[in-house]
Amino acid sequence: MTTATPTVAVGTQETNVPRTTAGRVRKRLNSRTATLVSIVIAMVWTIPTFGLLVSSFRPEDEIKTTGWWTAFTNPQFTLENYQQVLFGRSSSSGQLAGSFINSLAITIPSVLFPMAFACLAAYALAWINFRGRDWLYIAIFALQIVPLQMALVPLLKFFSTGVTLGGVTLMPAWDLVDEQKFAQVWFAHTCFALPFAVFLLHNFISQLPGDLMEAARVDGATHPKIFRTIVLPLITPALAAFGIFQFLWVWNDLLVALIFAGGGDETAPLTVKLAEMAGTRGNEWQRLTAGAFVSIVVPLVVFLSLQRFFVRGLLAGSVKG
Amino acid sequence: MEFDFADEQPKLLMLMYGLVAFVLVVGGLLLLLDVVPAWFARRREAQLVAASVSGTPLARRPKQREGLFALFFLLPTLLLLTIGLVVPAIRTTLLSLMDGSSTNWVGLRNYGWMFSDSSIVRVLINTLVWVLLVPLVATGFGLIYAVLVDKARFEAVAKSLIFLPMAISFVGASIIWKFVYAYRGEGDQIGLLNQIVVSLGGEPKQWLLESPLNTLLLIVIMIWIQAGFAMVVLSAAIKAIPGDIVEAARLDGVSPWQMFWQITMPSIRPALIVVVVTLTIATLKVFDIVRTSTNGNYDTSVIASEMYNQAFRYGQNGQGSALAVILFVLVIPVVIYQIRNLRQQREG
Repeated sequence: MTTATPTVAVGTQETNVPRTTAGRVRKRLNSRTATLVSIVIAMVWTIPTFGLLVSSFRPEDEIKTTGWWTAFTNPQFTLENYQQVLFGRSSSSGQLAGSFINSLAITIPSVLFPMAFACLAAYALAWINFRGRDWLYIAIFALQIVPLQMALVPLLKFFSTGVTLGGVTLMPAWDLVDEQKFAQVWFAHTCFALPFAVFLLHNFISQLPGDLMEAARVDGATHPKIFRTIVLPLITPALAAFGIFQFLWVWNDLLVALIFAGGGDETAPLTVKLAEMAGTRGNEWQRLTAGAFVSIVVPLVVFLSLQRFFVRGLLAGSVKG
Repeated sequence: MEFDFADEQPKLLMLMYGLVAFVLVVGGLLLLLDVVPAWFARRREAQLVAASVSGTPLARRPKQREGLFALFFLLPTLLLLTIGLVVPAIRTTLLSLMDGSSTNWVGLRNYGWMFSDSSIVRVLINTLVWVLLVPLVATGFGLIYAVLVDKARFEAVAKSLIFLPMAISFVGASIIWKFVYAYRGEGDQIGLLNQIVVSLGGEPKQWLLESPLNTLLLIVIMIWIQAGFAMVVLSAAIKAIPGDIVEAARLDGVSPWQMFWQITMPSIRPALIVVVVTLTIATLKVFDIVRTSTNGNYDTSVIASEMYNQAFRYGQNGQGSALAVILFVLVIPVVIYQIRNLRQQREG
């Protein structure tokens, strides 16, 4: 190894370093083009959001008559749009403050439930010996590919009419009204999240050192004890990764909320309200721009502050799969 | 102009109920898991004492206890998956063979409808265009960007810029791009795209009304969101290429171009496949963008949005379910392809 390195290094100087001026220019040009292309891509990816952000602070007349880029030559900024869209009482304003609370009320339990259940299941699938364990894991893993569209119609029926088998009511209808409908959304999100959650957490839990478990078993610790005192503290990063994933997914979800929460003021989260505004008041840009930013701000903060965990989860979830 | 906080209290109360339920369920389960083994341990101790007194050997049955534990750990997950996913999926398959109100069996008529009704054929074609374009273009941009900013000076910031749309909801992204596509009949344009067209001397257009261009413009939104995902995964794969391979190639004097095609590409092939497959599945199910931007009008509908319309707006459970089943069927070959690839990788 040590003897080989110098000879190769000599070879480098002869072949690789561009000696001629033309070679040097070409190399610089290459990196120039590279920089230029990456800057162009970065701009295309940023400018639309930036334009929306600038617009959300412009007065209504300005937004509707001039492009947001004119705001740099003729700056007029106001917080009126946010005031309107969050707290306005007129029916067209959106009243997004209420929807913001709805989004929170939907998201928090929808993250906690699958996290806890999947964590328990993943531990059992990784470290408890029982017959059919591998098959069960494969089955849960395979459920990831079932699109949630496959479950929507029957699940909604399940909530609205309950379960009867041969005339016997096994479960009555839930009959939920107003804010009680949150429970339906929690239930649906929990079910849909479980296959991926079990898969992701199993990836982490099964890689914990087996010696540790063995030692604890020898000391007489039972599975629940090992789970609580050894596994849980060790997989906190994985839990964080899943938590962020699920948080972003639920907060940004439209379909499940649309079906199980409905469009009423009592339950509709931000996404449902915004989609509705975009459909019926598509030209009220002063409200749409501000509204979009209200919905973006929370996931953005979560994302930026916890990006490390998110990326780790992403890589564990996709590459290992 | 007033916001009444009192209106929000029932929601917060409901949220509290939810959290209390969470603590009760999970706490109760953990408590149960502690009590049960303690009880078993006590019984076993008693047996041991009895055995030592009478001198008979003790039958060992640890297997059974393990199974019992597993059952408790898995119970909530299995219950929820059965109620929320497995049974509904089977029911949807059955519903797809029934009529709109789910009373009469109609055989495969709903599937026949799908391929004979011209508007639904259009939906299938649109979905195909989505599935062909989004994974390829998003992966392409992600890959180019990952290669270009690799080891650049502001790599972290540069990556965050592309990655950021991942945090934005599809609804938010649709509004962002709808604003780019915005059109005004007279006066200054307020949409960036029309402004560019006008400044280049063209006529402004109502972009989202013109088929088939509007479908492509909606696809742009999806690419904009997903390129960040591709970029992050591929960037990690590029960084995982062993340094000595890269070094050896460099010493052999390969050009950056050769380096990319002969070293980088083969090394990141597995990650590339994962990204394309993941994006393909995500694209198949795309709903929010179409719903927010055009509501599926002007020939932009895709399977997932049509499924929603049929089942939840027109009350056609049979046709909606059939569309859901098609969605599932389309996902299967993609997944099989990925599994085969993984297996090859492991063997090779």
